[in-house]
Amino acid sequence: MAAKVLTVTSGKGGVGKTTLVANLGVALAMQGKRVVVIDADVGLRNLDMMLGLENRIVYDLVDVIEGRCRLRQALVRDKRFPDLFLLPAAQTRDKSAVSPEDMVQVCEQLSDRHDFIIVDSPAGIEEGFRYAIAPADEIIIVTNPEVAAVRDADRVVGLIEAEEKGPARLVINRLRPEMVKRGEMLDVDDVIELLAIELIGVVPEDRNILVAANRGQPLVLSNNHSLAGKAFHNIARRLAGEEVPFQTLQEPGLFGRLFRFVRPE
Amino acid sequence: MCDARWPPVLTFPVLCYNLPVTHQDGITIKGIRQGLLVRLGDGDWEGELHALEARLRASPAFFRGGRIALDVGGRSLSPEALKAARTLLAHYEVDLWAVVGGEAETERNARRLGLVVQIPSPPAPRAADTEEAEPEPLLEGLVVRRTLRAGQRLHHPGHIVVIGDVNPGAEVVAGGDIVVWGRAWGLLHAGALGDEEAVICALDLSPTQLRIAGHIARSPEGRRRNPVPEVASVRAGQIIATPWVGAGKKSRRFWKRRD
Repeated sequence: MAAKVLTVTSGKGGVGKTTLVANLGVALAMQGKRVVVIDADVGLRNLDMMLGLENRIVYDLVDVIEGRCRLRQALVRDKRFPDLFLLPAAQTRDKSAVSPEDMVQVCEQLSDRHDFIIVDSPAGIEEGFRYAIAPADEIIIVTNPEVAAVRDADRVVGLIEAEEKGPARLVINRLRPEMVKRGEMLDVDDVIELLAIELIGVVPEDRNILVAANRGQPLVLSNNHSLAGKAFHNIARRLAGEEVPFQTLQEPGLFGRLFRFVRPE
Repeated sequence: MCDARWPPVLTFPVLCYNLPVTHQDGITIKGIRQGLLVRLGDGDWEGELHALEARLRASPAFFRGGRIALDVGGRSLSPEALKAARTLLAHYEVDLWAVVGGEAETERNARRLGLVVQIPSPPAPRAADTEEAEPEPLLEGLVVRRTLRAGQRLHHPGHIVVIGDVNPGAEVVAGGDIVVWGRAWGLLHAGALGDEEAVICALDLSPTQLRIAGHIARSPEGRRRNPVPEVASVRAGQIIATPWVGAGKKSRRFWKRRD
């Protein structure tokens, strides 16, 4: 069976694309899926660190494209899951080293031995974005509930529609229910009203995400069931085709019954 | 909830000046799928370029960022003459991508400059035979049935109807009127070629900025809770938005209740 290629993109930087890719990759691997995550941010390599695989890299994406190694040699096997692989970005090159056709070819070659290929797109709407979305069967747009991030996400949805890619689905990251409650942050409905694309996840702000990323152990690996970790798992299950109801984002005892999250649809 | 934009007749603050009205200079502008098709008059090349520049200067916002195909009407033009046109347009941030209707020599020179000489169908517009007798070929409508998202820009010399939303960061620029059957949250410019009679209407008129001819206005700050359809037009030198109320009492009552 051919793999499904998911590209994670956002327009604005720093909204949590790489974090989402790392957590989705691990969460899907935990479900027993065969996954490759591709770091398409050539020149600004990050995904390997979040997965704790930096010291295992020998070859990278540009080496594959320029024929210095075979694709299989460049894939870094995860230390925890034998069916999770990373195709790292080159650190010493820039985005001109990769073309949309290159990405399509790489994904085609990976297609038969894996279930999911997740491409971590660079920020922006320039050539890096263009080659990252080229192979996509489905595009995941990450945004934060803030006006600048939503504006950029809207721009990106427009570009994706113009390229007839997609469908684009939405992950709202770093939501702070207590700020929404006080009217200090856009709520989920505001974001969806504007972007008008399907929501597949809402991830609350959680400092453990950062701690986990710094340790190279994505949050979904930890046993303590935080809302954020649960949210990542739920997105992964939805991507795998399961119907998962959206969770109510309230921390019992911390926020109390402050926030009721209603599923839009 | 108190609505900042009640009572119904609203005034947008006016920020700007008036533009000169466009003259009949023999230039016709037509919207085509690939941008604008500009047909020059029959005078000498230099004179026509001057007339074109006057148009560009009169409504820079309308042309800026656009693509133009130039119909040169059977002229024989040197590479220098074509370059002059391209430079002129580039100065106003307009991209000259095609030169059509020229004779063989012109076509050869245009190709050498990387310009297209035939507008790809369907259907290839033949400006020459259809527009001879029409004094107002500008006001044909364009219907766009989708949401315009941030960074997307639509221009058209006639009227524009958008069936969908105009999101913040999107721009709609029309020579005539603009109708948005949806939320108008972006930048809207009606009468961009100088028509002060142009109107803009929308189901939810809360644009970042509203322009009619040379007038510019901002929406009042803050988001409205219960938007009503509105029409904006220029009255006494100001852009005024008025709620759309049908003739009967019923509709009036209907939206008093919504308040």
